[in-house]
Amino acid sequence: MNKLRDKISVDEQGYYGEFGGAYIPEMLYGNVEEIRKVYVSFWQDKAFKQEFDDLLKDFVGRPSPLYHAKRLSEKFKTNIYLKREDLNHTGSHKINNTIGQILLAKKLNKKRIIAETGAGQHGVATATVCALMGLECIVYMGSVDIERQAPNVSRMKMLGAEVRPALSGSKTLKDATNEAIRDWINNPLDTHYIIGSVVGPHPYPDMVAKFQSVISEEMKWQLKEKTGNENPDAIIACIGGGSNAAGAFYHYLNEKDVRLIAVEAAGHGIDSGESAATSVLGTKGVIHGSRTLLMQTEEGQIIEPYSISAGLDYPGIGPLHAHLIETKRAETYAATDKEALQAALEITRLEGIIPALETAHAFAVLHKISFNKADVVVLNVSGRGDKDLANYIKFIETNE
Amino acid sequence: MNRIDKLFIKKNKDILNIYFTAGFPNLESTGVILEKLSDASVDLVEIGMPYSDPLADGPTIQNSGQKALANGMSIKHLFKQIEVARKTIDTPLILMGYFNQVMQYGEEKFFRKIKEIGVDGLILPDMPLHIYERAYRSLFEELDLGISFLISPQTDFERIKKIEELSRGFIYMVSSASITGVKNGIDAKQIKYFERINSLHLTKPVLIGFGISDNKSFRTACEYSNGAIIGSAFIKAINSEEPIEQSISNFINKIRFDTIPV
Repeated sequence: MNKLRDKISVDEQGYYGEFGGAYIPEMLYGNVEEIRKVYVSFWQDKAFKQEFDDLLKDFVGRPSPLYHAKRLSEKFKTNIYLKREDLNHTGSHKINNTIGQILLAKKLNKKRIIAETGAGQHGVATATVCALMGLECIVYMGSVDIERQAPNVSRMKMLGAEVRPALSGSKTLKDATNEAIRDWINNPLDTHYIIGSVVGPHPYPDMVAKFQSVISEEMKWQLKEKTGNENPDAIIACIGGGSNAAGAFYHYLNEKDVRLIAVEAAGHGIDSGESAATSVLGTKGVIHGSRTLLMQTEEGQIIEPYSISAGLDYPGIGPLHAHLIETKRAETYAATDKEALQAALEITRLEGIIPALETAHAFAVLHKISFNKADVVVLNVSGRGDKDLANYIKFIETNE
Repeated sequence: MNRIDKLFIKKNKDILNIYFTAGFPNLESTGVILEKLSDASVDLVEIGMPYSDPLADGPTIQNSGQKALANGMSIKHLFKQIEVARKTIDTPLILMGYFNQVMQYGEEKFFRKIKEIGVDGLILPDMPLHIYERAYRSLFEELDLGISFLISPQTDFERIKKIEELSRGFIYMVSSASITGVKNGIDAKQIKYFERINSLHLTKPVLIGFGISDNKSFRTACEYSNGAIIGSAFIKAINSEEPIEQSISNFINKIRFDTIPV
């Protein structure tokens, strides 16, 4: 009974504890309600599940490997396994969710897809599934991010998507999300909005987490195969909105012995005024339709965040994570731009894996936490670093 | 009885509700605008609390809000301005903003405070109906404070009835699937929607907003409802070179009579 009561899951109104819900203008109510009505049954629909699984296997290339990183383990005197979401088609975990949502959009008979993107990984993953299904695709991206993630912008264009710059606010992920929501208000009938993270109004956080939960579903059997135990001692994932972390934590949420470690972007340092460490700097409020933790002024104006990583440069976190943090189920750490860059270089040279800048933040905390020698630690490699080469090269040139 | 309800007893057609963003174009514009709108006998005034991330608003209102915040506008300062203006004007005043602003102030504290300074109603487009009903409805009744919920072309009948039940003062009918200030003119599809809502004979006044920008669209909206709300077009009008007092009276005359007085 006890276990059942403590179970972490979303309630009918879309709340995880006190976080979540759907704080949206009436113009979006019909759209969100339409999705809410089908997403659960959709998940239980055999034909859908089959199509989803087939695409994940043959198009995405799942299961993604769980790799025992020996040199990294040796360095940190523990056992580190890397969940290789970077090896997915399109280069990150984002494709898991876009496959699921494009099937949903088809079921809802939508002809036009919109998305927001920060680092461009979700934009590329959305443009990819739209090409696959022959649907029109418009991706909103902050003009700052268009510049700093140029390779992904080119990929989206080649895939046939239109990339529309978000020019308001800090011109990053938050603003791209605002623009996508406004587009949806203007085009409610023919358009599906593929949100890329576990943010937004209910049912998005739960739906995206479910589509991403394939990560921890695979981790269970892969760990069992490799270590004899399906539970690790800890799981580490970076967190902006929190979709890769949600996927990596999902099947372990109720396994109290598994430490869940979320790593935020500290930017130039948590107290520098240029940061995106929401769990430290944030307070309770509403952002993008969800009650959660966010960076804001006393009067509720949302503060522009900062991180070198476009994917973590977001002033909120998903309501699931707010709940995990508030109830101390998850631990949070923060890594600065510099620590992330150093960690990216380190892992590249130790294991021959160039991670995305987002993922590099997760690697950086290996320097901040000491694990026991016998511990099994899984680090979710959310994406690959091709898009970040310009930043990495600049860092190498100034530091070597 | 609050000023909104009194107004609708006195007058139930051709209601003109003007929206402006507090703190735009200048921090201290609020008082002048309220005074001029009152002089021009505008029936209702909706004061926008500038917000960093106004999801339902188009570029005009977004930009005015950003400018207002840059000018130093805050909720506390706005409350002082309203308190002062209330001493000289009797027009019903409605505050419009986003739920997070109210949440950070403290919901109950906010509702009590606005009543105290002479505000008559509130519009929070992202406040869920069921939360209002469960947590705040009885307080609004106790304070006799108005609350207007939105209906859009996608709002189904059952929900319209719920919105009719919960709205206090008037129902805010969004003219099309749109954010504010991006559409001009009213098309045949919108007329069908206006007719559909009109035929429901809702028991509370209905004002049409979003995309109402000139005499023609104002007249059309008034034909199918109790009146209309104009925001973006007004903000554009006062963001001009000529003195704000002049812009305001010219704009109101153009809306009402399609003329500028000589």
